[in-house]
Amino acid sequence: MPDATGPDQIFQRALTNGEIVLPRCDDCGAYHFFPRVLCPHCHGTAISWHPASGKGRVHTTTVVRQKLERGGDYNVCVVELEEGVRMMSRVEGIAPRDIVIDMVVTAFVGGAEGQPAVLFKPAEV
Amino acid sequence: MTPKLRGKSAIVGTGHAGFGEAHGLTAYDVMAQSALAALGDAGLKLSDVDGLFCTMMEDSMPALMAAEYLGIQPRFIDGTMTGGSSFVNYLTSATMALEAGLCDVALIVYGSNQRTASGRLVTASRPPAYEAPYNPRYPISAYAMAAARHMHEFGTTREQLADVAVAARAWAQHNPEAFERGPLSLEDVLGARMVADPLTVRDCCLVTDGGGAIVMVRADRAKDFPKAPVYVLGSAAESSHRQISQMKDFTVTAARESGARAFDAAGVSPADIQVVELYDAFTINTILFLEDLGFCAKGEGGAFVEGGRIAPGGVLPVNTNGGGLSCVHPGMYGIFTVIEAARQIRGDAPGIQLRDVDLALAHGNGGVLSSQVTAILGSQNTL
Repeated sequence: MPDATGPDQIFQRALTNGEIVLPRCDDCGAYHFFPRVLCPHCHGTAISWHPASGKGRVHTTTVVRQKLERGGDYNVCVVELEEGVRMMSRVEGIAPRDIVIDMVVTAFVGGAEGQPAVLFKPAEV
Repeated sequence: MTPKLRGKSAIVGTGHAGFGEAHGLTAYDVMAQSALAALGDAGLKLSDVDGLFCTMMEDSMPALMAAEYLGIQPRFIDGTMTGGSSFVNYLTSATMALEAGLCDVALIVYGSNQRTASGRLVTASRPPAYEAPYNPRYPISAYAMAAARHMHEFGTTREQLADVAVAARAWAQHNPEAFERGPLSLEDVLGARMVADPLTVRDCCLVTDGGGAIVMVRADRAKDFPKAPVYVLGSAAESSHRQISQMKDFTVTAARESGARAFDAAGVSPADIQVVELYDAFTINTILFLEDLGFCAKGEGGAFVEGGRIAPGGVLPVNTNGGGLSCVHPGMYGIFTVIEAARQIRGDAPGIQLRDVDLALAHGNGGVLSSQVTAILGSQNTL
C-alpha cells in the first residue's frame, strides 16, 4: 500500500511495517479507535497519527471454548490503552483462563487470521 | 415517542407461526403464516394492510421481499434494521405513520427458519473489521464480556445468572407454545457446557424457528375489532454503539435512556408495571435491563433475580412466556416481547395468565447490547 491515504490504510500499512499507530484529533487532543475520517469526540476532521505507547490494561475478557481438535480454547478481550482508547484483541503467552480484568498488558504486532494484528502479552513487572 | 402520541395507536391483532421447528418452510413462509395469524386475530385480510414494518435475516431488502411474497403493495414501509429490537422500534414508526394518515392498517412481521435451515444462530451481518481478526464468537463473546465486567464491578455471581435461566424455564413449563419445557435446575445451568466464560449453553437463548406478527390501527377505531385493543402508551429508542469494543460502559446499556423516555411518554413509573417482557438473549441481559429500566438499582440486578424472585409466584413477573431462553428465539426475538405483553393485557396469554393486567413493558435489544427500545402497553383502563 505505497499510497496509503485513508485512515484504515494508514493503520494497516503501519501494522505491516510492525508499528502500531493511533489516530489523535488535533482539535480536542483525544485519541480514538477505530480509525476514521473524523473525531468521534468533537467531530473535528484534523487527525494526526502517533506511535502507540503499547501500555494497556484488560478491560474485560472471555474464554471462547473450543474443542482441542479445532484449536482449543482461546482468549477474546477488550484492552484499554494508556491513550484512553479500547480495542478488541487477544492476550498471548498465558493460558486463556488466567487472563483477568485489570491485568496489565503490552501490545505487539502479531498475526491473526493470516493478517498482521495488534496482540497483547502480559506486561513484565 | 412523546406524551403527545400516548395511546394514539393500538394493537388489535397478534399472531405467530413455526415455533420450534418449521420443517420444510422458508423464513418467508413462516413470516407469511405469522402475518395471516395476526390478521385473522384482528378480523382483517392481507388486502387491508397498507403499512408494512419488517426486517429479516435474509436478503438486503427483506421488507420488499416480504411485501412481494404477501402480494401487497404497501403505501408506507419501514425496514429499519437495529437487530432484534427492530420490531419494538416499529411500534413508534407505526404509531407515527398511523397518526399522520400515512397508512390505516400497520402490519409488523418477522419470520425465520434458522433452526431447521442451519441449526445455528443466523446473522445477516459480517463481524466488524476491527474485531473479526480476533475471531470473537458472535454474539456470545460480546455478552460474555459484559457479564464478566458486571461480575467484576458488582460481585454478580454465576448462580445469579443461572437464576434468570431457571426462572425463564419455570414460566415456560406452563406455556404449551414454549420450545423447552423440561425441568431445569440451578445445578443444571451451572454444570452445563461452558461456551464463553462465564456463560454456559444454558445462559444462552434457544436457536429455534418461528415468526411473529402484530396488527396496529389508530386508537379511534381500535374498538371495532374482535379482541380488546392494547394501546401503545409510550415507546422510545436509544443506540449507543455497534461493536462491543466501542461500548463505553459494559455494565450500563442505553435502556436507561430508552426506558426513561418511554415511561415519560406513558406517564407511568416502573412501580406501576405489572408484567415485564425483556429480550433475554443471554442471562446477563435480564439483569442489565432490570437495572437500566429502573426496576432495581445499578449493580443490584443479581440480587433482584435471586431465588425465584422473577419466576412464577415471585415479586415481579418477568418473561412470562419463557422468553428467548426457553420459549422461542428465531434469530431476532424482539417482536415476541410485544406479543406476550399484549396477550397478558388482553387476557389470552398461552401460559400463566396473570390477573387483571393493565400495564405491561416490552423491551427489545439489538446488536450486542447496541440498540435498546422500550415500549409500554396498556389496556382501555389506562387511557
